[in-house]
Amino acid sequence: MTSTHPTPPSSTSPARTSAPDDARGGAPVRSRGRARAHLASRGRAVRLGPVSIPLRPRLVVLGSLVALVLLVLVGLNLSVGKVYIPLDRVWGNVIGATYEDYFTVWRVRMPRVVVGMLAGAALAAAGAITQTIMRNPLASPDLLGVTHGASTGVVAVMAFGGSYGIVTGPLAAIGVPALALSGGLAAGVLCYALAWRGGIDGFRLLLVGVGVSTVLMNLTLWLLTLGEVSDTGRAMVWISGSLSMRTWQDALPVAVALALLLPLALAAARTLDVLAYGDDVVRALGVRLGRARTAMLVLAVLLAAFGTSAAGPILFVSLACPQIALRLARTSRPPVLLSALVGAALTCAADLIARNLVSVQLPVGVVTGCLGALYLIHLLVRGNRKAQA
Amino acid sequence: MTTHSTRTRNASASTTASEPATQATGAEPGAPVRLSARGLTLAYDDHTVVRGLDADVVEGTITCVIGPNGCGKSTMLRALGRLMKPRAGLVELDGRDIRRVPTREVAEVLGVLPQQPVAPDGLTVADLVSRGRHPSQRWYRQWSGEDHRAVSEALERTGLSELADSPLQELSGGQRQRAWISMVLAQGTDLLLLDEPTTFLDLVHQVDVLDLVRELHREGGRTIVMVLHDLNLAARYADTVITMRAGRVVASGTPAEVLTPELLREAFDLEAVVVEDPVTGGPMVVPVGRSGGGAARGARLP
Repeated sequence: MTSTHPTPPSSTSPARTSAPDDARGGAPVRSRGRARAHLASRGRAVRLGPVSIPLRPRLVVLGSLVALVLLVLVGLNLSVGKVYIPLDRVWGNVIGATYEDYFTVWRVRMPRVVVGMLAGAALAAAGAITQTIMRNPLASPDLLGVTHGASTGVVAVMAFGGSYGIVTGPLAAIGVPALALSGGLAAGVLCYALAWRGGIDGFRLLLVGVGVSTVLMNLTLWLLTLGEVSDTGRAMVWISGSLSMRTWQDALPVAVALALLLPLALAAARTLDVLAYGDDVVRALGVRLGRARTAMLVLAVLLAAFGTSAAGPILFVSLACPQIALRLARTSRPPVLLSALVGAALTCAADLIARNLVSVQLPVGVVTGCLGALYLIHLLVRGNRKAQA
Repeated sequence: MTTHSTRTRNASASTTASEPATQATGAEPGAPVRLSARGLTLAYDDHTVVRGLDADVVEGTITCVIGPNGCGKSTMLRALGRLMKPRAGLVELDGRDIRRVPTREVAEVLGVLPQQPVAPDGLTVADLVSRGRHPSQRWYRQWSGEDHRAVSEALERTGLSELADSPLQELSGGQRQRAWISMVLAQGTDLLLLDEPTTFLDLVHQVDVLDLVRELHREGGRTIVMVLHDLNLAARYADTVITMRAGRVVASGTPAEVLTPELLREAFDLEAVVVEDPVTGGPMVVPVGRSGGGAARGARLP
């Protein structure tokens, strides 16, 4: 076993060489060569001048696969519905060769698909960031107050501000998405402020978030009992996360937010990698813990708030998608981009089912909840079996 | 190693204060002080753990911090590694206030292994060790040949090359501890702070880890500070021993100077006989305990 040591241990360390830990595998020399080769393959990177980014083939392949699935789902979403449009005709409309089904494809289905995709991606990315910095797979932006804050804001206005669910007056100019956004952000800031005690402790923030969310949830329920039935009915649909009647206007804010925030989150991948460790390890590695964690938290809250504002709180996407991505990629933390892709795909699939499964249109949130939960349980059960074997 | 201890010290100890540890590895006399605490007061919320502590860590030595549970030795180490902010006083790294040096710059000089460090699930040994390269990486240069070299060397050094692809959770306690040490090594610093690197290990693996630490010291010329529980292991591996009690330094000096029955009584309330270690010739602490004390003590002394 001495061959495993690069330098012959000094006379004072016989215990080290005979330590039972070292006795593993039969042929140390061969396995050592293999280990070296493995390590070298890990070190592969994309290099361009001073730029060098580690290459992760598994993530690239998985990302392309999920993107492909997403593409198929988008196609199906555009084609299947009350009116069936064959895929080739959908394609003709998309590239502008024909205008036969222009209204259905471009005005009804496309905005809905795009909003769903973007909202799902934003929520899942927010979930991936939250779960990493909280070091908790059950953490989600829902627990940072964002979702319930948005719901409370929207319901308060829908129940009192409008008539028959149509927002009028000065509130009409603000619009429901802006309301949801400000409600969500306000709740996020409130949680952060309440949890602040000379720094942010992830666990305390989660507890405060659960408390604030519960208060807001009950506030929402109370508001629902106060408003007119027709108004609150609409509010209920929004609360359960619905993609129906989405227009291009709903897509714009979340698209801009994703275009700005997702690259930031990807550039911060290294910081996220470190933040997944214990606090002392993070500090020891020369990361300004408070600043880094707050920045990531702001990123997550913004992503979640924009995602929620576009389509209401689509349940479970932010919780399940990062975990699904994590298990697919077999990394130590949920990868942000893959989570976003999975989030988009899951929301698209859920909306396809929500529109077509039963004669009544289901809110997409109901379906994401069911789909995501089932798949997550499947992954967990499979993971457990592997661990036991 | 010099320490401005809070009580008056005897003559032999104060000579060593000016002439730091020359025991096993022969650090040059007058070697520069790398890390020092000046009037350090440390507290968690309103509970003060360390009060007005002064200590110096001299280049090229192994310094062991010992003391009873709750005496503040881990807290002191955390402050030395700028993992916590002092209430008062300061920590100097190479003569500069450590809190005024950008923390990433500190991480290129000083490696810290916290007590019971936490890593995310599903990590392989190589993942963990690669993380040690974080301070020298930038967002546009995330993995260079230098990183690869440092990681494979750190893995070889700790005898973990074969286990590079094993999940961290599947390792034994001793292997896991070596993996963490390997991560700190990959950081490439010549100053290491290790907080109880031998906790939860059996004696064989304690010696194993400490031999590794000594190798790093002897071959790499690294300066090492570690918190240890076992007095005899501290005596064996340290050039300098700092004994703490209730947030203060009781004594510091070579193992032979510090591990005396009087000082052990003062620091630990421990009745003990100090004999010559049959292997190294250094001091060896044999506790007497409550039942075994008194009359037999004189007879057992060599």
